[in-house]
Amino acid sequence: MTSALSARSLCVRLGGREVVKNVSLDLRPGEFVGLLGPNGAGKSTLLKAIMGLVARSGRLTLGDRPIEALTPTESAREVAYLPQEREINWPVQVRALIGLGRSPHRGASSVPGEADRAAVDAAMAAMDLVELQERSSLELSGGERARVLIARALAQETPVLLTDEPAAGLDPAHQITLMATFRKLAREGRSVLASLHELTLAGQWCDRVILIADGGIVAEGPPDAVLTPGNLATVYGVRARITVSDDGLSVVPTGLI
Amino acid sequence: MRIELSYPLLLAALGLVTAVLFVVSLVTGPAGIAFFESLEALVTGRSGAASIVMQEIRLPRAILGAIIGASLGLSGAALQGYLRNPLAEPGLLGISASASLGSVIAIYTGLSAAFTLALPLMALTGAAGAVLLVRLLAGAGAQTITLILAGVAVTSFAGAMTLLALNLSPNPFAALEIVFWMLGSLKDRSMTHVWLALPFILIGWAMLFQVGRALDALTLGEAAAATLGFRLERVQALVVFGTAACVGAATSVAGAIGFIGLVVPHLLRPLVGAEPGRLLAASALGGAAVLLAADIAVRIIAPERDLKLGVLTALIGAPFFLWLIFKQQRGGQ
Repeated sequence: MTSALSARSLCVRLGGREVVKNVSLDLRPGEFVGLLGPNGAGKSTLLKAIMGLVARSGRLTLGDRPIEALTPTESAREVAYLPQEREINWPVQVRALIGLGRSPHRGASSVPGEADRAAVDAAMAAMDLVELQERSSLELSGGERARVLIARALAQETPVLLTDEPAAGLDPAHQITLMATFRKLAREGRSVLASLHELTLAGQWCDRVILIADGGIVAEGPPDAVLTPGNLATVYGVRARITVSDDGLSVVPTGLI
Repeated sequence: MRIELSYPLLLAALGLVTAVLFVVSLVTGPAGIAFFESLEALVTGRSGAASIVMQEIRLPRAILGAIIGASLGLSGAALQGYLRNPLAEPGLLGISASASLGSVIAIYTGLSAAFTLALPLMALTGAAGAVLLVRLLAGAGAQTITLILAGVAVTSFAGAMTLLALNLSPNPFAALEIVFWMLGSLKDRSMTHVWLALPFILIGWAMLFQVGRALDALTLGEAAAATLGFRLERVQALVVFGTAACVGAATSVAGAIGFIGLVVPHLLRPLVGAEPGRLLAASALGGAAVLLAADIAVRIIAPERDLKLGVLTALIGAPFFLWLIFKQQRGGQ
């Protein structure tokens, strides 16, 4: 099966330091993949490199086309990206802000069409924002703001979704809603790559996890194969209690090594 | 839904206000021609002195008021949206200061006395020099902070050169002329000034009106906007050159007129749901209305004293801006 997104030998140098070292990865349709690793491991830079936001070397293909063959609008219809920085600059109405996700689909028309409205409605429903839709997005709490920005990326309705720490700052209920939404997108045949710090979320919801440290991939595979005491010790420097239940893998860090 | 319905209404209302003020501007002046008489003289051109007053003095003044005000409002809104900074204004890139410097050089060297259009042409040259210098300093596709710093550097340098010209001015009259010119005015401009400025202003508008959707996307920050399919280098070029074209042309015929580009977008932002793209057209109309109103006011308040337009806009604009900040502070808590 062809990958939805495939990266080969990605390297990024920032300020003379190699931040992403020779990373190759594939995102297949129908997969929800967690990107794990300690602070400074290069998770955000890797996502930015895939999005072309930092200078990179290596090859990147979307479906069967090299990324260079796509115009910016075309690639915006293929891949959506949620930056880690939750930037909202003006007190725009929540609904209008989520509607910005429709930009690559709208062509020259200045008025959103039926498909745009439906996509925004679906994204708001998925992120539990229907009640907030008329509010100004600067009046929201941090967690609400995060959900609005996730909804913006969902409204883009792309086959591939890259999100940088989407679960940070969400309450447990909304973390689960988010993970369930990503899993649902994957079951619809799309691909989701999310950087995460909550190992249990990754263990319970991701189909596959990629563990990186110091700019390179240390391990990848099903959560139970990657989230092992050995890997957690070498990559994070922690001891953890790992339990398996019907809900998947729970990882509770219990101490430093 | 409420906002979607009211946006065309808002534009229509602003357009109507601008149109009314345009007509009021046409019928305001020391010549004391009655309302219908003056409009008849303007349209038919067969009323002797009244027609000359209307067609050669008041019409260019009203047209310049409208297009310069629109340029200031539009470029202010575009820069605020692009830089995501509500304190941005058209003078930020050093364009007004450099256009002023160009015209000051024209006055200082006596070129403007020898040849009427030397002043606006030198000002346009100054504006063009400024935009090229800013682009050179900041580089194409520069980060916004670099762009701002380059603008500040060019503004300071042009200001210093203007002060040098004042310092070394050959006689007090030249110094006075320089100072008065810098205060900004639409008095005694002709249709020639309109024809000189209009092409640049139209080019500037055409560039700035293209960036609305990109400015909306920039609400989410540069990374998100880029991944939504917008070429930010192109957006920056359009904003910088568009502002240079219309503000450079505006300053070259009217001098530096402050606060409109800063205050008008602020005032209208809540009425367009804070969406930067919608703010463009609204601010253009709003800027035209405010400048026309200010230019009518200088003629009514002190018809004998030649109160300068730039002085009035600063005099009203500064306290008004303070009030806006005060109100937003209170509203935000």
